[in-house]
Amino acid sequence: MNIVKELSIYAIPAIFLIILCVGMYKEIKVYDVFIEGAKEGITTVLKIIPSLVGLMVAVGVFRASGALDLLVFAFKPVTNILRIPPDAVPMIFLRPISGSASLAMLSDIFKVHGPDSFVGRVASTLMGSTETIFYTLAVYFGAVGIKKIRYTLVAALIADLASVIAAVWICTVVFG
Amino acid sequence: MFSNITLRTLIYIIRYVQLKAGSFAILLGYFFQYNNVADNICSLKSVRFAVLNYIWFAMLVLGIVVGIMNGRVDEITRAVVSSSQNAIELGIGLLGIMCLWTGLMNIAERSGIIRKVSKAIRPVMSFLFPGIPKEHPAGGAIVMNLVANFLGLGNAATPLGLKAMNELQKLNPEKDVATDEMSMFLVLNTACLQFIPATVIALRAAAGSKNPTEVIGTIWVATLCAATAGVVAAKIFSYLFGNKTRHVNGTKRGKS
Repeated sequence: MNIVKELSIYAIPAIFLIILCVGMYKEIKVYDVFIEGAKEGITTVLKIIPSLVGLMVAVGVFRASGALDLLVFAFKPVTNILRIPPDAVPMIFLRPISGSASLAMLSDIFKVHGPDSFVGRVASTLMGSTETIFYTLAVYFGAVGIKKIRYTLVAALIADLASVIAAVWICTVVFG
Repeated sequence: MFSNITLRTLIYIIRYVQLKAGSFAILLGYFFQYNNVADNICSLKSVRFAVLNYIWFAMLVLGIVVGIMNGRVDEITRAVVSSSQNAIELGIGLLGIMCLWTGLMNIAERSGIIRKVSKAIRPVMSFLFPGIPKEHPAGGAIVMNLVANFLGLGNAATPLGLKAMNELQKLNPEKDVATDEMSMFLVLNTACLQFIPATVIALRAAAGSKNPTEVIGTIWVATLCAATAGVVAAKIFSYLFGNKTRHVNGTKRGKS
C-alpha cells in the first residue's frame, strides 16, 4: 500500500503546480487573485468560530464527565465486529448531522489521542470522506420544494456506512 | 471508572439495549420504509439546526448529570473553560491553511478549471443519469457541481448544485416527489469525492501532526468506496422502486 502513501505526498505539490500553470496560461494575475481568495478564507473560519466554541465546550463536558466513556461502552459490540476504534464512534454519528460538531469532535480526538494515533488517522479519514448528509439533503430538496425524498436518505446513509468500513480497513492496511 | 451504583444500573440498561439491538434495527427499518423520517427532514428547512439544538442540549445536560453522578464536577468546570479557549486556538490554527487554500482555489476558479474537467467526465453521466436528455442543462449543472466539490470549491459548488436541482425539477412530473436522478445526484454529492481535503489537513496541522497530509490517500480510498456503495445502492433502489420517472422521461423526450 505504498502507492496510497506516495499519492498523499505528491497530491499537494501537484495541485499547486497544475493550478498555478493553468492560471498563468490563462493570463490571470495569479498573486492578486490568490490574495483576493485568501481573504475569503478568513471570513469562512471566523464564521465557524462561534459554533466551534459552543460545540467544543459541549464535547469537552461530555468527555470530562465520563458520559463519552459510557457511549463508547454502549457501542462496543458493534465497534468490535466492524473493528472501528471505539473512540471514533461519536464522530461517526455526528458527521452526517453537522460539520462543525464533527470538527469539534475530531479536534477533541486529536487532543486526547494525538493526530498521528490510529484513532486520529481513522477519524481524519472519516471526516474527509463523508459529507453532512442531512444538511445537504435539507438544503437541496428544500430549495426546489421536494417533500417525498423516497430512498435518497437511505442510499446516502449506505454510502456513509461504506465510508466508515472502508476508512477503518484502509487505515489498518496503510498505517497498521 | 464506573464505581457508582447509579452508573451500574445505567450499564445494565445499556446491556439490555444491546441485547435488543436486533429488534430495534427491524423497527428502524419499518420507520424508514414509510419514509416518515425522510419527509420530515425536507418539510423543515431548518431541521439541521433543530437536530443540532437537541444534540447540543443533550451533550451538555447528559454530560453534567453523568459528571455529577461520577463525582467529576470540578473536571467539568475545567473542561468548560479550557474547551472554549481551545476553540479559539483551533480557529486561529485553521486560518493559515484555509486562507492558503481558498486563495489557491480562487485561481483555479478564475482559470475555468471547473469547465475543463466537466467536459472530461461527461461520458460517465449517461450511465449515472439515464433520465436526463442529452444537451439538457441539468447534466451540465450536475457535472459542474460535482467537479467544484471535487476540487473543494465549496462556494462555487452550492449555487451550481441548486441550479442542477432546479433543472432536474423541470424534468420532474410530480413536483413534490424526488426523481431517481435527484437521488443519484445528492448521493454522489454527499459521498463527496474530494481531491484535497483541506479542512482535515488544516486541523491535523493545527493539532501538531508530524505529517498532516498523510491521510489524503486513505481519504481517497474511503471516498471512492462510499461513492461506489452509494451509486450501487441508488441504482438498485431505482430499479426496485423507480418506475415513475422512466416512462415520463420517454414522453418528455418525445415532446422536446
